[in-house]
Amino acid sequence: MKGSEIVIDALKKEGVDTVFGYPGGVIIPIFDVLFSTPEIHFLLTRHEQGAVHAADGYARSTGKVGVCMVTSGPGATNTITGIATARMDSSPLVIISGQVHTNSIGTDAFQETDMVGLTRSICKHNYLVKDVAELPKTIKEAFFIARTGRPGPVSIDLPVNVLNTRLKNYTYPETVNLPGYKPEIKGSLMQIEKLASAVERSQKPLLYTGGGIVSSGASENLLELLDKTRIPVVVTLMGLGSVPFNHPCFLGMPGMHGTIAANKALSECDLLIAVGVRFDDRVTGPRHTFAQQATIAHIDIDAAEIGKNIRADLPIVGDAKFVLSELCNLVKPRLRDTWNERAEYWKEKYPLKYEQSEHGDILPQYVIDALNQVIDPDAVVITDVGQHQMWTSMFHHYRHPRHFLSSGGLGTMGFGLPAAIGAAMGNPDKQVVCITGDGGLQMNIQELATAAINRFPVKIIVINNAYLGMVRQWQELFWDKKYSQVCLKRGPDCPPECRGLNENCPPDYIPDFVKVAEANSVKGLRASKPADVIPILKKGLEEPGPVLMEFMVSREENVLPMVSAGKPLTDIITGEE
Amino acid sequence: MVEKHTIIVTVTNSPGVLARISGLLFQRGYNMESVIGAPTENPDIYKIILVVQESDIHIEQIVKQLNKLIDTIRVVDISHKDNYIVREYIILKLEVDQKNRTDLLKLTEHFNAHAIDIAMDHIILELSGNPQKIDRFLELVNPFGIIEYVRSGEFAMAEYQKSKIGDKNGD
Repeated sequence: MKGSEIVIDALKKEGVDTVFGYPGGVIIPIFDVLFSTPEIHFLLTRHEQGAVHAADGYARSTGKVGVCMVTSGPGATNTITGIATARMDSSPLVIISGQVHTNSIGTDAFQETDMVGLTRSICKHNYLVKDVAELPKTIKEAFFIARTGRPGPVSIDLPVNVLNTRLKNYTYPETVNLPGYKPEIKGSLMQIEKLASAVERSQKPLLYTGGGIVSSGASENLLELLDKTRIPVVVTLMGLGSVPFNHPCFLGMPGMHGTIAANKALSECDLLIAVGVRFDDRVTGPRHTFAQQATIAHIDIDAAEIGKNIRADLPIVGDAKFVLSELCNLVKPRLRDTWNERAEYWKEKYPLKYEQSEHGDILPQYVIDALNQVIDPDAVVITDVGQHQMWTSMFHHYRHPRHFLSSGGLGTMGFGLPAAIGAAMGNPDKQVVCITGDGGLQMNIQELATAAINRFPVKIIVINNAYLGMVRQWQELFWDKKYSQVCLKRGPDCPPECRGLNENCPPDYIPDFVKVAEANSVKGLRASKPADVIPILKKGLEEPGPVLMEFMVSREENVLPMVSAGKPLTDIITGEE
Repeated sequence: MVEKHTIIVTVTNSPGVLARISGLLFQRGYNMESVIGAPTENPDIYKIILVVQESDIHIEQIVKQLNKLIDTIRVVDISHKDNYIVREYIILKLEVDQKNRTDLLKLTEHFNAHAIDIAMDHIILELSGNPQKIDRFLELVNPFGIIEYVRSGEFAMAEYQKSKIGDKNGD
């Protein structure tokens, strides 16, 4: 069997039925085999970055490994941002790239780049296969590494001659032999017992949970624990959906754009139970100011996360599902008490809010909130990165894990649309809604054609404020309103130093997204006044096939509340007098 | 407190593993003083010996990050362990003349160093031993005039331990 046939056979044995990618010179041998492999659905994107984000969206929404296949050189380098995105958010991917002939490696051959060198620091692991005999074992290991432990992307670089060489006596291995890789699953029972008794002693316990709950499938275990203990919970961006938005224990997202209730609870709790989180600086603020009153228990499958950013008094290395289920068995039931009342009081006193006037501009928050009225409760929602992402995290009614996808750690603009296409590919029976901004959409707008031509009914909501809004917000709040290179309407007639809207602002936004949509055979709709919002959302969601709904929103709206970068979580800008 | 730590990393003998280890330390911003990679008696196993200057809290993180690599089988920070033999090798070129050559050779003999090449105006010596011995030797020969030297970096081996492959947690 030839190397190229081995790759396809291995993919089938790994249960892969969907591959995202883009062909090119040295990877033609694999595409040649794909040509007559109808069992594998290949999604041809319009850019390799689109392919890797689509594979990521597929992986995040289904829990399966996302596979991306590209050629060498520019094909490979175009996947870099997507690989780094998947790595930061622990998404399981296998990226197969072509490489030049092994004899040409190191000669700066046509379309040669050092893929293993480039991806070493952004992958969970990577391979360059120089001998076809190593190929079966390598693919087996790559899938095993990508999906087990803390999931992540694995890159396999395949020189063209390896793909064209025959291997006698090919068999696909059943097992892997990785003496250096044995993820700890169960967690120390002794430590879990200690945690159970710490919960019992605690007056103000708080759960802080994240993406680890989603990737280990521990949402039900977490909800059981909440039922039994009534411990208030804050959930990071990566974990949204693992606790329903309306759960009585749920205080919202913590951190820079977290709810006041979540941040106050973090500052006052005496026991912080962190599960599947990594104490990201966007959550903690300055480390020495974070959860100062609390004993910190940290449960994570990745031992290197424990103590990396914040000291852990009670470390537990293990899988969230196992540890939470054990903890739930051991912990004594806890009743709603004054600490719960206090948390509920904060929730009530400091709700997330906006005031949509009848005749003013459309508020972006209103669009997200209104969507709750018309969206299918089982829809998968994907965001891009920026203000709309934070508003979605605040106002969207998330109900299930793997139904809210967002680029958290890397904050990759351009993630939204291709990830939504990947989610649509993996969830043909679900409504898929991509909420994006006018900036982020344009970073991978070429994928509109991919959605249309493959008839993916992705519903795209564009929150258009004609600004790179999050940067503009920072410039407004911390940089003296010097709006440097954030206005997407800015042209040669604008004053050199613009500090915001004025009567000379160009009237039209370029491009006209509705026309761009229509040119791509995507239905285009636009709402310019508040009364249009719900009708357009309804119409767009009911329409078959892909739809782009553009909402022309109030341009200088800020994401609030906000904790300034470098300030403790108690230092909150609410925007109120 | 920032201290010098010697860390032995046992890894699978896979392509690029040395780049993976040294790249990791550089990428996470740690200060690496020396790194040696060499094959072992087992062709599947490779050993990398690192010397890093970092505080204890960073060392803990370095050990964890090294352990996290798929290729890593075992990581041991031997800095506070006395059951390890640590050695370093040095070649150095010194200025000497007729007058002080005898003094230098006496010192050389005392330290068990060897003269590889003796010329009218210079001498080339080699010496192995624990790093403290090498430091002391350099201190003592400095007045003669050091032209240049090359140190191997540290390498080390456990005294009585049987190798425990598969145990990632060190000692």
